[in-house]
Amino acid sequence: MSNPALVLRGIRKSYYGNVVLQGVDLEVRAGEIHALVGENGAGKSTLMNILFGMPVIHETGGFEGTIELGGTPVVPATPSDAMAHGVGMVHQEFMLLPGFTVAENIKLAREPSKPNVASRVLGPWGRGLESLDLKRMKQESRAALDRIGMSLDEWRPVAGLPVGHMQFVEIAREVDKENARLLVFDEPTAVLTESEAEELLATMKALAGQGIAILFITHRLDEVLAVADRITVLRDGAVAGRVDRADATVEKIAELMIGRALPERNLPPRPEGRTPGVALHLQNLVVEMPGEEVRGVDLDVQEGEILGVAGLAGQGKLGIANGVLGLFPATGTVETSGSPLPLGDTLGVLKRSVAFVSEDRRQVGLLLDESIETNIAGTAAHVQGRFLKGSGPFALLDKSAIRAHAERMIEEFDIRCQGPTQAVRRLSGGNQQKVCLARAFTLEPSLLFVSEPTRGVDVGAKDRVLQLLVQVNRERGTTIVLTSSELAELRQVSDRIAVVSEGRIQGILPPDAPDVEFGLLFAGGTAAGRGGDAVPQDSVSARLDGDAVGRRDPGEGS
Amino acid sequence: MRRAPSARGLLGQNLVPLLFAALCIAGIVAARDAIALEILAGDIVTRLGRNLFLVLSLIVPVVAGMGLNFGIVIGAMCGQVGLILVENAGWSGLGALGAAMLFSIPLSLVFGGLTGRLLNRAKGKEMITGMILAFFANGVYQMIFLLLTGPVIPLHNQKILLDDGIGLANTIDLAGTAGKLDHLLRISFLGGRIQFPLATFLLIALLCLGLRWYLRTRSGQQLRTVGQDMHVAEISGIGVDRVRMRAILISTVLGGIGQILWLTSTGMGTMNTYSSHEQVGPYAIAAILVGGATVTHATIWHAILGTLLFHTLFVVAPLAGQAVFGAVQIGEYFREFVAYAVIGVTLALHAWKSRRG
Amino acid sequence: MNALALLKRLGLTRTVLAAFLLGLWVLSATASSLDMTILISDCLVRTGMNGILVLALVPAVRAGVGLNFGLPLGMVCGLIGMVTVMDLAGRTMPLELGQAYGMGLQFGLLVSAMVLGALLGMIAGWLYSRLLEAVKGQEMMVGIYVGFGSVAGASILWLLFPAKNPELIWPLGGVGLRNTLVLDGYFQHLLDRFGSFTFGNGFFPTGVLVLWVLACAVLWLFFRTRIGAALAAAGANPRFAAASGIDVRSMRSLGVVLSTALAAIGIVVFSQSYGFVQLYKAPLLMAFPTVAALLIGGASVRNAKISHVLIGTFLFQSVLTTSLPLVNDLIAQHGGAKALANVPEIARLIISNGIILYALTRKES
Repeated sequence: MSNPALVLRGIRKSYYGNVVLQGVDLEVRAGEIHALVGENGAGKSTLMNILFGMPVIHETGGFEGTIELGGTPVVPATPSDAMAHGVGMVHQEFMLLPGFTVAENIKLAREPSKPNVASRVLGPWGRGLESLDLKRMKQESRAALDRIGMSLDEWRPVAGLPVGHMQFVEIAREVDKENARLLVFDEPTAVLTESEAEELLATMKALAGQGIAILFITHRLDEVLAVADRITVLRDGAVAGRVDRADATVEKIAELMIGRALPERNLPPRPEGRTPGVALHLQNLVVEMPGEEVRGVDLDVQEGEILGVAGLAGQGKLGIANGVLGLFPATGTVETSGSPLPLGDTLGVLKRSVAFVSEDRRQVGLLLDESIETNIAGTAAHVQGRFLKGSGPFALLDKSAIRAHAERMIEEFDIRCQGPTQAVRRLSGGNQQKVCLARAFTLEPSLLFVSEPTRGVDVGAKDRVLQLLVQVNRERGTTIVLTSSELAELRQVSDRIAVVSEGRIQGILPPDAPDVEFGLLFAGGTAAGRGGDAVPQDSVSARLDGDAVGRRDPGEGS
Repeated sequence: MRRAPSARGLLGQNLVPLLFAALCIAGIVAARDAIALEILAGDIVTRLGRNLFLVLSLIVPVVAGMGLNFGIVIGAMCGQVGLILVENAGWSGLGALGAAMLFSIPLSLVFGGLTGRLLNRAKGKEMITGMILAFFANGVYQMIFLLLTGPVIPLHNQKILLDDGIGLANTIDLAGTAGKLDHLLRISFLGGRIQFPLATFLLIALLCLGLRWYLRTRSGQQLRTVGQDMHVAEISGIGVDRVRMRAILISTVLGGIGQILWLTSTGMGTMNTYSSHEQVGPYAIAAILVGGATVTHATIWHAILGTLLFHTLFVVAPLAGQAVFGAVQIGEYFREFVAYAVIGVTLALHAWKSRRG
Repeated sequence: MNALALLKRLGLTRTVLAAFLLGLWVLSATASSLDMTILISDCLVRTGMNGILVLALVPAVRAGVGLNFGLPLGMVCGLIGMVTVMDLAGRTMPLELGQAYGMGLQFGLLVSAMVLGALLGMIAGWLYSRLLEAVKGQEMMVGIYVGFGSVAGASILWLLFPAKNPELIWPLGGVGLRNTLVLDGYFQHLLDRFGSFTFGNGFFPTGVLVLWVLACAVLWLFFRTRIGAALAAAGANPRFAAASGIDVRSMRSLGVVLSTALAAIGIVVFSQSYGFVQLYKAPLLMAFPTVAALLIGGASVRNAKISHVLIGTFLFQSVLTTSLPLVNDLIAQHGGAKALANVPEIARLIISNGIILYALTRKES
């Protein structure tokens, strides 16, 4: 039972000089369920991409270190290479063809076949022309389904199956592979109902009992404690710790996940004499943003504060700002400074002195092929009718006023460029981000939403971006809702930090709260003190909706 | 292997063929004085034998998820080149017909291969790319046969050249090959008013069986997999580009043979060197869509039913136009409008459905 | 390296075609018996004739709908405008054989045809934009068939058109409108000749070129207004536009409506230059060379500027206008097969479809 199915040694990987894995060791024994946990960006996806030989790894210069599968050193060059060595993956999003039957899906691209006249005549080239052996397809699919305890009709089309069953079809496919040695489950319970999730965990145990090694990636610590034999915690591309189940508690794992030195807070003081009030009031906000659903958020943001919003990817923290701005369908009550804000009417929201810097800088934040000046002034011209000669829809843009304003912003924000007419596409990530901020500041908002302002921004510019936010907060009294995946930067500048998980705010902490408290909230609201014994009730309804959609992007570290 | 369809679903899925059947019946009733039913039936049997092979050649790319193959025109050009080569050699008879088909195959493979490469670069825009490619290829075809044939590409048979020896004649008489297959095993009904070209239909039946068989081989299953989801296929270790290329090659080769059958069918026998291929794509596509096919789903039965209905409408529309409005042209423009409309509506429905996911 | 950078700046297709045109002109001036002044005059007329049609593509591209292959829809509207105006004129004040309407009346007829066509174009364009909204992602393919369908549908209309003006209908018992309506006496060459002056044996078609440049300037200004900038933002990045409070659907609609209305005006201008109104199948394939001209000017599926219209129309139309008489003249002088007379047509097919293929398959970031 104890011989290792998978051994990773000293795995190092960097994308364009940016180190994402710095020497990871990992060992998974046959028949063991090994949990791999960590924050976004800790390196889990990159590690899996390496294990699966995904093209993104080889296109960016490969990796260092060794991989052994069943005792044989392997360098997986392609996904099919990895599969040939007995590695299987149960994907977070289903790799199923709805138009095919269950059996066809289980046997996808591995269909049993028998020779016929044409294939015999062509000899070695005729394999593709062999007829499908439907009988064997049926039998072998049945056997695989039986092995995981599913009584599903193998000739049913997959379209119309309940989500939980689809997951089992995927597992059956992996189990059916003759040499299945190691199965990777990537956040498998994200889309399941609670009873389905329990069923899945039971199946994982049964499979492990049959001698298959299981690598279980999840952020649900209660599930980890329920099934994992051993737990490896990744943080910042390195192994932060390894725990046996016997020694594991939710607090311990959470602390290992977060554990960073508290950044230095060196912030300018606020001017005296501001009257406190509520700048933004959210009540039962629900936002249908695919992959970032918000499932009922209640929140009050104080006037003049910087509120940090933290949470893992896919938990809904990004949905809040997008919902308030009306970019995705939303319901609930939103009030700014006491008066209700219309939902779904972006123009109306912007006119109410609210501005937004999107997390998706290239797709939403900028017109990449337009000039810096157009990017900075365009929104103000459209929303507020500024930088125009005259009024009405056919008022001409005042090019000289726009130019003057852009030049001032370029200097104030230290945007490194050739001039205000340069296309934004040519700028570095940090300077593009400054253009986004410049556009938002041009609107002179009293409430500013900023999401992921330092993503893809180099270190020097990162500090400058945060500094600009603090500056506008202190000088103009702008209320800022700062959403970020980087807890460290939130702790650096925020007054309070709200942690979002499962589409809800699990708690609001001061920036200097202990790591373990953050870790617990990140892991789904098993709030401090309650221990790791229960999944909170509200996460059950959260699971019913089935959310993990549209995330095909490999390489979280890039 | 499919769920039992509900009555309403069945109606919805077959709305287009039902609508067309109604149009055809209305047309037949309107034109009842202008054409006898058995003459009409005979005409349609001939047209079915003429066109069905070509329509069937569209199925494989649809299954592979590449949509309606507007590039089929390129296969048709290759078929015409096969006939030109046979005419140049001065051969005639059934053997010449077979030779033309054989000659067309390597050409179809070469030009189908180029088409496939281009379409692999234009994933998601296969149809419009195929259509413009067909226009473009038409230019190249004209350059070769109008300018280069004679001086650069010498021909043995001066009769098929233009008077001054440069360029192929605008029309080429296919007397040597026309009707040869149709006449091979002909069965007469109703005192000869319906002539059933058995050999032609046997060839078509062979193609149908071949297609059915192929789609149930490993290679065919790969085609279906790619057609449903390229991403999943790629992850499962299927070479998506190779499979798509295979689909276009099959379609182009069949299109070439189909064009030869079309041109040498009873009642045709003349090739318009520079225009016979042009309308092939749109009409074949309209035919299969009339049968109920869509951008993502096409079967042999769609092809058969569609060809039948489309040609019925084609024959009766002008007669009905004459009978109802006193103007043949109204019927002619109407059938043209219908052909465009059925393609346009199908494309629009496809885009609409795929947007709603 | 520098030469390459320069070439990239100038645009490969533009440079190649400009060099080709120059070559054709040099050949015409030296080796042929063609009159260069007439040749250049013809090039200018053809440019002005097609200019507004090419311009009509720009609003759709800028609104993010792609190349508007549905242009024939607008053209049909323009044709309806002209036919209606001609019929009304013929009914109320019939022309004797060889007579012509007065200048003022001719202008009146031309402008009425444009206005009527543009109004119809706006309505049709609005409906068309509803359809395109439903088929997002397949706009170009659906557009092609909207174009084809509208031409075939209009053909039925021409057959049933209740015209009374004898110049529009077949003289002896035929059904419907004639294939080709002669504009002589109505507004044939009205714009071409307006303010024109001669040079050598040719003339400079001032009116039509001024109108074209004016239309270009108006559109150029439009993109510098608040609403024009919003339309361009909606096309360049719909998600950005939505986040800036722009109603993306309306902006896309506006682009299609403008494009269709401009196509209606464009076909009226085209017809007055051509001297005839061509009905039935004539507009069927007209979108393709029009799109090709814009692409030759340097546009792409996602970006089109007014300068692309100006350069593209002139280059493409001039190459076509020059090559045909040149080839014929060379054959006549030096002998050669009749088939060679097809060279310009073949070149047009290959160039125009080749450039569209290139635009469709090139990778845009």
